[in-house]
Amino acid sequence: MAEEKRIVFEKAGDLPPMAMSLGLMSVNKTGNWRNERPIIDYDKCVGCMICWKFCPDVSIYIEDDKPVINYDYCKGCGICVEECPVDAIYTEKEGK
Amino acid sequence: MRKVLMGNHALSEGAVLSRVQVIAAYPITPQTQVVELLSEKCADGTLNAKFVKVESEHSAMAACIGASAAGARAFTATSAQGLALMHEVLHWAVGARLPIVMGNINRAMAPPWTIWTDQTDSLAQRDTGWMQVYCQNNQEVLDAVILSYKVSEQVLLPTMIVLDAFFLSHTYEVVEMPLQDKVDKYLPPYNNPYRMDVDDPHTFGGLTGPDWYFELRYNIEQAMEEAKDVWKKEGALYGEYFGRKYDLVDAYRCEDAEVIFVAVATVASTARVVVDEMRKEGKKVGLLRLFVFRPFPYEDVRSALGNAKKVVVMDRNISFGAGGIFYQEVKSAMYGMKNEPVIFGIVSGLGGRDITPSHIREMIEYAYKHDEPEKDIIWMGVKV
Amino acid sequence: MKKLTIPYEEHMTSGHLACQGCGAALCMRLALKGLGAKTMFAIPACCWSVIDGPFPYSSLKVPLFHTAFETAAATASGMRAAMEMLGREDVNVVAWAGDGGTFDIGIQALSGAAERNDNIIYICYDNEAYMNTGIQRSSATPPKAWTTTTPVKFPKERPKKNLDEIMAAHRIPYLATASIAYPEDLVKKVKKAVSIKGTKFLHVICPCPPGWKTAPEMTIKLAKLAVQTCIFPLFEVEDGIRYKINIKPKEPVPVREYLSIQGRFRHLTDEDIDEVQEMVDKNWKLLLKKAELFGE
Repeated sequence: MAEEKRIVFEKAGDLPPMAMSLGLMSVNKTGNWRNERPIIDYDKCVGCMICWKFCPDVSIYIEDDKPVINYDYCKGCGICVEECPVDAIYTEKEGK
Repeated sequence: MRKVLMGNHALSEGAVLSRVQVIAAYPITPQTQVVELLSEKCADGTLNAKFVKVESEHSAMAACIGASAAGARAFTATSAQGLALMHEVLHWAVGARLPIVMGNINRAMAPPWTIWTDQTDSLAQRDTGWMQVYCQNNQEVLDAVILSYKVSEQVLLPTMIVLDAFFLSHTYEVVEMPLQDKVDKYLPPYNNPYRMDVDDPHTFGGLTGPDWYFELRYNIEQAMEEAKDVWKKEGALYGEYFGRKYDLVDAYRCEDAEVIFVAVATVASTARVVVDEMRKEGKKVGLLRLFVFRPFPYEDVRSALGNAKKVVVMDRNISFGAGGIFYQEVKSAMYGMKNEPVIFGIVSGLGGRDITPSHIREMIEYAYKHDEPEKDIIWMGVKV
Repeated sequence: MKKLTIPYEEHMTSGHLACQGCGAALCMRLALKGLGAKTMFAIPACCWSVIDGPFPYSSLKVPLFHTAFETAAATASGMRAAMEMLGREDVNVVAWAGDGGTFDIGIQALSGAAERNDNIIYICYDNEAYMNTGIQRSSATPPKAWTTTTPVKFPKERPKKNLDEIMAAHRIPYLATASIAYPEDLVKKVKKAVSIKGTKFLHVICPCPPGWKTAPEMTIKLAKLAVQTCIFPLFEVEDGIRYKINIKPKEPVPVREYLSIQGRFRHLTDEDIDEVQEMVDKNWKLLLKKAELFGE
């Protein structure tokens, strides 16, 4: 299935016979739920990946052995901030 | 090959011939023989199917739904309380557009406890979206299973095959068994393009708002209407393959009838005898039997009843506070038609009370004696 | 890439509708890593009915059938029967339900499937109330916890239904408790379930910020404290008889530390907390004895 494909129906005839999904929820950019944005200080980050393990929103991925936050989707729950064993993640208020 | 089969076994044999793949059923009198025979056949290898011995009818239908959604041909059977227990999930099978076939032995609803026949159980489910066929003999029961899968799998709606408790379920009749290889040609394997498939994943039944739920329902109704033509087409094709054709209704001597008796299931068989007798006496009487009740065969009913002066609808059921259900539906079908006949609604035979030829004669004569129905519900045979 | 302790691949997307800090969302993410892509779900009414997303979208990359509230296990049994008929024994069939659809309305179907030993994995993500409908009590709600139907003046006195024991009594080949705070343990248990034929039951504690009245960032801490206080011990049972406790805290953390950071327990008096401590101590002792007797 194509990622981030927005599905548009116009009439009954466009629908599948039953309510069957035709695309993924990645069209829904939950990043706009945030009040506070978590930021990783890569000087402190030891690459333990605990933040990646505990993200409920699949919003942390790994690149070059370091965790990277995907701000399109991060809901700002703060779990990564709380769980980082070396306090490498801090928060900033979302832009006004 | 001809066999002497009880109605319940005709249902089982129909399922075997249809090569059902998953059966999930729970016992209830008078359906037990259906599942017992299927269980035996699964055990001895005659039928290559999985039999899930569920712990209730609600779970029976849920398991059939899971199986059908995952791509297997699913079958179950039940009656009265069991059917009522399934009610919630009957809606589910329709919304999920799953071509499940189920036998329902028409049994009266409790309390008090009863095991005898009455149509209220299946008719109480008429709003769920299940197609419904009512059988008059065991041959029809067996044929209906194969025919139902053929239709259901095209229109993606489930079918309920209804037969009378004891009068059919436990009565032995001669049934012609179609040959398996001919059935295989008529009914290809189930191939659900919308099945659960790890190689092509989808989610089914997700939350749908007022923006599209309406259209999904509209589509179900379109399928129901299309189904009328599919029943006709497949019923005729069945005739070509097996020598017995089926249509939405069975109109007997209606063309020139002045009084037509409308009945469903075994009562219709009995009525046919009365029609012939009364014809010999010079009375122009006819019989209209509904075979397919959902989708309601509006055009065929209107065409069959169009020339009659009077129509008597016999209900072996009642919707309390309103009256006989076939009466309500036939009456509404005929409303506003040119030459709209006078329609009498008779409720009789509830809870397995026998309906004999003389009872039917009395019902038809009632129509001759009255210009109009005295009441919305005319009770006959009840001891008052 | 450095070796990770759990598989990297994701089988669900972002953009789903779970609340911030949702334990149930993380539970699914982790479970999927143990299950893999050849998995199909039956999901009854529960938070995940909504989390997955509305038609025509989904956040799972595996097939999902939304089913009626009572029917998760029965629907899964039907799916498994179909998979067997279609020669797909390689596919995992999973019933995924909340505590409501497992402990209460779905218990009959679960018991039926377990008694038949149908080859399904049943995973209950337990947030300890009917959260999807707005925080009403279930039989999984711990005693004294606030919910809309167990307000402070009308509390739940009865203990949390011990469904783990009920499932053990069915003598199913494998059951285990798990916590999202121990992801390696959770994934390992899921993989173990995948490798066994028959009915497998996993019971995962999943904190719920709106329902437990806790801060979203505390979800993992809570899921860890639940284990460290022995309120929600991590253990496995094979064939309903052989108990193995996975984590035995040398000094269980006092329950006060767990209860005091949850708004749903805010009204508890010192007496209440002592009562809870006593109950937890008793249950923990009993579990230790079982493990001794039948397991290790």
